Amino acid sequence: MRRIAAALLASVWLSALAIDSEPAFEDPELQARFEHLTGQIRCLVCQNNTIADSNAGLAADLRAEIRSMLADGRSDAEIIEFLTARYGDFVLYRPPWAPRTWLLWLAPLILLGLGVVVAARIVVARSRLPIEDDADARAE
Amino acid sequence: MKPRFLLPLLVFAGLVAFFAIGLERDPSRVPSPLIGRPAPDFELPGLADPERTVGLDDLLGRVSLLNVWATWCVGCRQEHALLLEIANSGEAPLFGLDWKDDRGAALAWLEELGDPYEAVAFDETGRVAIDWGVYGAPETFLLDADGTVLYKHLSPLTQAVWEQEFLPRIRAARGDAP
Repeated sequence: MRRIAAALLASVWLSALAIDSEPAFEDPELQARFEHLTGQIRCLVCQNNTIADSNAGLAADLRAEIRSMLADGRSDAEIIEFLTARYGDFVLYRPPWAPRTWLLWLAPLILLGLGVVVAARIVVARSRLPIEDDADARAE
Repeated sequence: MKPRFLLPLLVFAGLVAFFAIGLERDPSRVPSPLIGRPAPDFELPGLADPERTVGLDDLLGRVSLLNVWATWCVGCRQEHALLLEIANSGEAPLFGLDWKDDRGAALAWLEELGDPYEAVAFDETGRVAIDWGVYGAPETFLLDADGTVLYKHLSPLTQAVWEQEFLPRIRAARGDAP
């Protein structure tokens, strides 16, 4: 009984570890690049997953494609270019910095700036009000 | 009323407009970067006869359609009757890309439902589909005579899509009078 439980646990653990049947790269640097790349590419079939953690057929195909491109010595930039040329920028979880994404990237700063302006104006306006509190008036 | 009291209302109206546009857009339909660009070259074994290859060269020279399908794809069955009609209409030749499929099942499918395709390329590994940016069958591409991708439709074709999106582009690409 214990052995069966141990075997079950081991199988769960192993399947969680390796999503594909291919072995990891022997070169740890290549493996790290593979994991980094697949972790930032969106799976278009199940859009809130990266292709690293999706078991959709297309994600497996793309992992295999990235694996073979890495084995061929292609650079990360070439692989990203390969994917965006086919699937568009939407496959990237991190959108590129380009004129059409300036608003997207700068929106948080713009909104923060607007908030600061509004808050400053309110504070300045309040500080110019006459003091109406009786307690304050008596203390003077 | 002072205009400053209108400000929150304006901000709110802006947000409503922003979200209304956002909700209307379907994020599962990813625009293809291939539109307006040359179609990716390919050459694959034919479905009916693996000895005979089917490739981009077969599509060139006239406005043509490439339909990505598979027997495991439910939407493909849904659009099949319309594909037969399109093939019969003679507006543009229809080619098939059978994506990650079983050859026997695919041949049985065409036998059972009818074969609308001039030729079907058999993409067993899905490698050509990656080049075309395919991520969910059915997908239908429209190419001009030079092999430039004019349009891509995701999800099953409908009569409305065919009439509103495809026919005008096909006629324009052929140079017909509007």
